[in-house]
Amino acid sequence: MNAALTRITNKAWWARTGKTLKYSLYTITHPFDGFWDLTHEKRGSIAAANILTLLLVFTKIWLVLSPAMWVNLQYFNVFIYIAQTIVPLALWSISNWAITTLLDGKGRLKEIYMATAYAFTPTILMNIVVMIISPVLINTEWALVPFFLNLGRVWSVGLVLAAMMMLHDYSLSKTILSSIITIVGIGVILFVFGIFFSLISDGLAYIVSLYKEIVFRLT
Amino acid sequence: MARCKKMISIVFFTVLILLFISTGNSIALAKTSNYTYNYDVYGEAVSSPNAYRVSAYLLGTNFDIGAFRDPQGLYVRGNKLYVCDSGNNRIVIITVGDDGSYSISDIITQVTIENAESALNYPMDVFEDNNGDLYIADTNNQRILRLDKDKNFIMELSKPVNETFSETAEFLPTKLVVDKAGRIFVQARNVNKGLMEFDPQGDFAGYMGANRVKVNPIDLFWKNIASRKQRAAMELFVPTEYNNVCIDDRGFIYATNTSSTTDSVRRLNAQGDDILVRNGIEDPVGDLIKGTSSSIEASKFIDVAALENDSYVCFDRTRGRLFVYDSQGNLLYAFGGVGNREGSFLIPVAIEAMGCSLFALDSRTGAVTRFDLTEYGTIINDALTEYKRGHYDESAKKWEEVLKLNGNYDMAYIGIGRSALRTGDYATAMKCFRVKGDFANWSKAFQQYRKLWMEENLRWILLILGALIIGSPLVRGMRKLIKEVREA
Repeated sequence: MNAALTRITNKAWWARTGKTLKYSLYTITHPFDGFWDLTHEKRGSIAAANILTLLLVFTKIWLVLSPAMWVNLQYFNVFIYIAQTIVPLALWSISNWAITTLLDGKGRLKEIYMATAYAFTPTILMNIVVMIISPVLINTEWALVPFFLNLGRVWSVGLVLAAMMMLHDYSLSKTILSSIITIVGIGVILFVFGIFFSLISDGLAYIVSLYKEIVFRLT
Repeated sequence: MARCKKMISIVFFTVLILLFISTGNSIALAKTSNYTYNYDVYGEAVSSPNAYRVSAYLLGTNFDIGAFRDPQGLYVRGNKLYVCDSGNNRIVIITVGDDGSYSISDIITQVTIENAESALNYPMDVFEDNNGDLYIADTNNQRILRLDKDKNFIMELSKPVNETFSETAEFLPTKLVVDKAGRIFVQARNVNKGLMEFDPQGDFAGYMGANRVKVNPIDLFWKNIASRKQRAAMELFVPTEYNNVCIDDRGFIYATNTSSTTDSVRRLNAQGDDILVRNGIEDPVGDLIKGTSSSIEASKFIDVAALENDSYVCFDRTRGRLFVYDSQGNLLYAFGGVGNREGSFLIPVAIEAMGCSLFALDSRTGAVTRFDLTEYGTIINDALTEYKRGHYDESAKKWEEVLKLNGNYDMAYIGIGRSALRTGDYATAMKCFRVKGDFANWSKAFQQYRKLWMEENLRWILLILGALIIGSPLVRGMRKLIKEVREA
């Protein structure tokens, strides 16, 4: 707690975070140099990565809430949108870390998270672009919106690949292979998670029914 | 400290898990406690004031002719109401007075053909053309009878001798309509090639307007790899037969079918093409069913009746509800239900319109229920009529009255929006379409609004742009100058 306080009041920390945050704009146009220097030259920071993740969540929610997007907000649940961003990011980082540790990857968990978060900068930018243009578009011009959103997504996926390549010091084919295994790994994690959850809920249900039975007998 | 962190993470993950679970729910079928309802832009049922109320409940016993038994058909011409009392092999003609009185004007049980009495056998439908000639679908006698206005026999249509009609098959006409040219369109049982068309002389002319077959690609795949024997056991990809027809005053034929794989209501032109306008948020299918629960049956339209201002009412057999759609396919209101109460039905079979009144026939109770417009329904009707005539201001005024009675009525917003769009009040139009979530119409309004805004503010935009273009080198030059002066 104390450490966090001193960090917030520390000017040098702010300056460094600002600088590392600004570096994300460099990485999106210079993926190979950018992501190499991100970890090897320590030009990125976890704080900046956290801010980028938050921005990703915020722009996404903002876009959905914007009346210009004509989204049905009747069952809007902000937690879903938060989870939709954070959970895949966390799963990717953990799964990728687990896989690349076995495949001679150089990156650490923190660095994988940082690089992935940086790679999503184009998505944030395109969300902002759509936010600006969508209020003045009519239905015949609406095709621009999915175009920009998909552009951001494709760009980001490319950057993730570049980032993993530089981070783990992989060849392109190995990066693609490790990414595919990572996605399979995410599936395995979710599966285990599901089994674990159903086991826990069954166990709880057993205890609850046992309790009910006892209460019935005693009263 | 560490324990605290652990606790927080446990709580966080629990919340996360709960979130995942809670997204799995689905609302199976929108329910309202109200008799009359409508669907909003999100497909949710919204209660609404009653547009129709029950004004009469006619039983056979009211007229001392014995209860109707298994009546199957209903027809209205002028102020005469024809009830096909199929189980009693008769057709009852009831005259409806302006004062709400009902009296039997005739009962047809038999016709005289060449001096021989020939009794009706389970007549299922009847039609009266403009000359007053009567057409009776005498179903179990496998014939269609044409009588003149004094109930004298003119001609008889029987099973067509044609290679498209199997010699062994029975000809069981169930529903029929006659257009202005005297062509007779018949729906016969087990005929799925469309409506059977007979020319005015009574000769079979062919089929028209068959339902389209929609094939599920997965089924097609299995059918392709199946053996001949397996294929024989599979369901055939054939069009479904119609179950009811009705003709509007412009000569277009409305037809319904109970299939879930094709459009449940169609409007056919003379060539048999479907020309029903489906501009609503949802197609006219009755109740909107959300989710994938198989226990909830889709609405099955058993009959359709054309109303004024090109709107039409569909009768749902599944839940005994009446769905009224306007000419664009927007749901105006839905009401009714299954039950023994007044305004509910047990086995709905037919619906007919007499002016603005609706007559609905229930074959189990053998009762005809008459519905009349309430004030609310009248205003909606007026608004539609005014719009159709091109009186957009009057229409908007009517819609505003509707909104006073029912603030949830989406059609009113779109109605006001449409007339505002026509009169050039784009801001209001945008506001109304926004409320309804009508992006296409909003775009029309916004396009004009945008254009006007640009025309008005273009000089300011150009001024600012010009100032920036000229100004920025100026500022830069000034700065340079100041710098030089300081350094000097």
